[in-house]
Amino acid sequence: MLHLTTLWFVVLAILWVGFFVLEGFDFGVGALHMLVGKDEAERRVAVSTIGPWWDGNEVWLIVAGAGTFAAFPAWYATWFSALYIALLLVLAALMARGVALEYATKRDNERWLRAWRWALTIGSLLAPLLIGIGLGDLLAGLPINSSHEFTGNFGDLFTGYGVWTGFTLLSLCLLHGATFLKLRTTGAIRGRARALASPLGWAAIALLIGFVVWTRKVAGGPEVPEPVQVLAVIAVIFAARLTAGDHDGWAFIASGVAIASSVGSIFIDLYPNVMVSSTNASFNLTVHNSASGGYALKLMTIVVVIFLPLVLLYQGWSFHVFRGRLRGPPADGEPAATVASPTPQT
Amino acid sequence: MTNDLARWQFATTSIYHFFFVPVTIGLAFLVALLQTAYYRSEKPEYRRLAKFFGTLLIINVVVGVVTGLVQEFEFGMNWSAYSRFVGDVFGAPLAMEGLAAFFLESTFLGLWVFGWDRLPKRVHLACIWLVAIGSMLSALFILAANSWMQHPVGYALNSHGQPELNSVSALFTNPTFLWGYVHVILASLVTGSLVMLAVSAWYLRKGREVALFANSARLSVIVLLPVIVLQIFVGNKLGEIETKYQPMKIAAAEAQWESCQPCSFSAFQIGGGKNDKTPSQIIEIPHLLSVLATGEWNGAVKGLNPLQAEYEKKYGPGNYVPDVFIQYWSMRVMAYLGTLILLLGLWGGWLLHRGTLERSKLFLGISVWAVITPFLMNTAGWLLTENGRQPWIVQGLMKTVNANSPSVSSTDIWISLIAFVLIYIALGAADLVLMLRYSRKGVEGGEGEAGAAAEATTTPAMSY
Repeated sequence: MLHLTTLWFVVLAILWVGFFVLEGFDFGVGALHMLVGKDEAERRVAVSTIGPWWDGNEVWLIVAGAGTFAAFPAWYATWFSALYIALLLVLAALMARGVALEYATKRDNERWLRAWRWALTIGSLLAPLLIGIGLGDLLAGLPINSSHEFTGNFGDLFTGYGVWTGFTLLSLCLLHGATFLKLRTTGAIRGRARALASPLGWAAIALLIGFVVWTRKVAGGPEVPEPVQVLAVIAVIFAARLTAGDHDGWAFIASGVAIASSVGSIFIDLYPNVMVSSTNASFNLTVHNSASGGYALKLMTIVVVIFLPLVLLYQGWSFHVFRGRLRGPPADGEPAATVASPTPQT
Repeated sequence: MTNDLARWQFATTSIYHFFFVPVTIGLAFLVALLQTAYYRSEKPEYRRLAKFFGTLLIINVVVGVVTGLVQEFEFGMNWSAYSRFVGDVFGAPLAMEGLAAFFLESTFLGLWVFGWDRLPKRVHLACIWLVAIGSMLSALFILAANSWMQHPVGYALNSHGQPELNSVSALFTNPTFLWGYVHVILASLVTGSLVMLAVSAWYLRKGREVALFANSARLSVIVLLPVIVLQIFVGNKLGEIETKYQPMKIAAAEAQWESCQPCSFSAFQIGGGKNDKTPSQIIEIPHLLSVLATGEWNGAVKGLNPLQAEYEKKYGPGNYVPDVFIQYWSMRVMAYLGTLILLLGLWGGWLLHRGTLERSKLFLGISVWAVITPFLMNTAGWLLTENGRQPWIVQGLMKTVNANSPSVSSTDIWISLIAFVLIYIALGAADLVLMLRYSRKGVEGGEGEAGAAAEATTTPAMSY
């Protein structure tokens, strides 16, 4: 029988995968919106592509964190306190980005607008990079003592593998954002998203192949990549190739698969550990020594079984409601006042 | 030192977070009411009002959301010993909050904001109701978790001496939770209706859009009056519950060092600082403390000194008396301002009855400024609740002093504390600028029929 601790490890892996697949393109769009939009009207269209969804997508992160707290309190405690300053930066990035998304266009003031545009860009770059480092560190190992306390400092968080993981996930988010923008826009914005997707795709391919090789080294065991890692590489190549053509939907799916299988692979190689100790392997946090009791896990399993499908259903419906391409700003000569309202193309 | 800093940080960030949460809960409910009125009557003014107050709602929601993120992470970052100790019980309601409430609230808020004229009217109305329900559900789970810290139930200690959940129903039938939850929801409705009243009153005084804002002024008074009456009763009942399970909290709120029967309630006191056990209490109202704390005319209230002796016997040496000064004054801020708001509500109800609500300059002038009071009351409420629990982080199970993260230094916390304060000041300033701007800028669609017709073709204020 599948043990509840293992089940909860899988649930958390799913939550992290869900977070990166959904919020991944939000980060990508946020980071690229000043590049794909040359003027304010175009930038509004770019940001509007994620308008109805980014907030709901971010909840995946909150639930991943709270789920870790509920199912593996010791893991949550050690991980979050170890990443202290890094998480502070993540929070700052997420705050800047979230508020920028809602506030930027609410005042006609050049400085106000520019400040929030940059907050959105930098926040969207920093968050996935740092969260990626935090995930990579789980596998790379941090100095953790016998009572599961982190004994290192801020610098120790930048393990080689962790940093590589961070940049890999960042590049995948950027690619994912580009394929998403290409899927949801028309005209010049779509053209720039396509142009950006090519170098981003190459960078993602290179980083991802390095990530797979390094993961094999860090995880130990057989040198042969996991099937999911092979899938990740194939998917990212597809995504990069498909963005050159007009298969926007397929390109977006491919970048989604690439990001999902990359995040998933971290957890596959991590199990049954949840946090590796670089001090001594016997100090590792595992699904067994960090889990909650049977009652709490059973209760939370019931809650997840009821609510997660519901969430998928109504989030899916929301994606369905606002599907379709946003029309770009009109061509020259039309009044600027009518520009700001992107409406779906029929 | 590290522990104190961690406490300062949590207090700062959670008080700040709770400026925005009650506005969200209260305003979402009121906007849902406005839109329901529009749905049923098809009168365009209700649609304009729903959109107008909806814009104020989303300006607030986003700060509530991002500062809530900080709260969620802070347990693990600053309080890892606590998280490790209580995660089995405390983590469950937090995860439920995310799964059952946050997803609901955020997804349907997106659907509501972007769904005007795109979703069928009935579905679009359901969206704002789901936002309102989601925000109330999130308060439900977080208060179940918080109430467990005040009065731990539904657990047994395992072989490591750590609490393990064994009854989820106990968690959600905890008397501290039931009364505390109702108290917070009512407080949120008071906050929301006072915000709506203040904005409406501002327009009415200026004579702008009088016909329109008379509607929202009436609605806010209709919500405010029964809610504040109920709230005074519920707050009183919560006091009784707390006297039962956390007698220190209430004894400290009256600076009652010795036991008494019957007990009077002092209107003011002079002194009562850290080591001042004999403050001069002024205007003592006989029997009132007995009634507040026990619900009986001649009820007995144990004093801080006998309680301290009892706790030392039970838990070993230590100081078990919370900061009396904070307790005493936060209780009074809540009680006095609550009474003033009750009077304001009664006044508003009377004007409403006479049909002169939108013309009474004095009432409207006071209503604009009354918007400050719910924020003071909400903050005082949390100070009373959380400070009154000290020195415990979980009453009787774990002391706050043992709960912070051993691996986090005071330098780390200084850095993050300063960072949060700076970010929060910036967010607060931006929020205030927009709130004032959008409150005053006028309502979309302009005045009269032509405006309402024009609205259909202009850009919604809520899109990007």
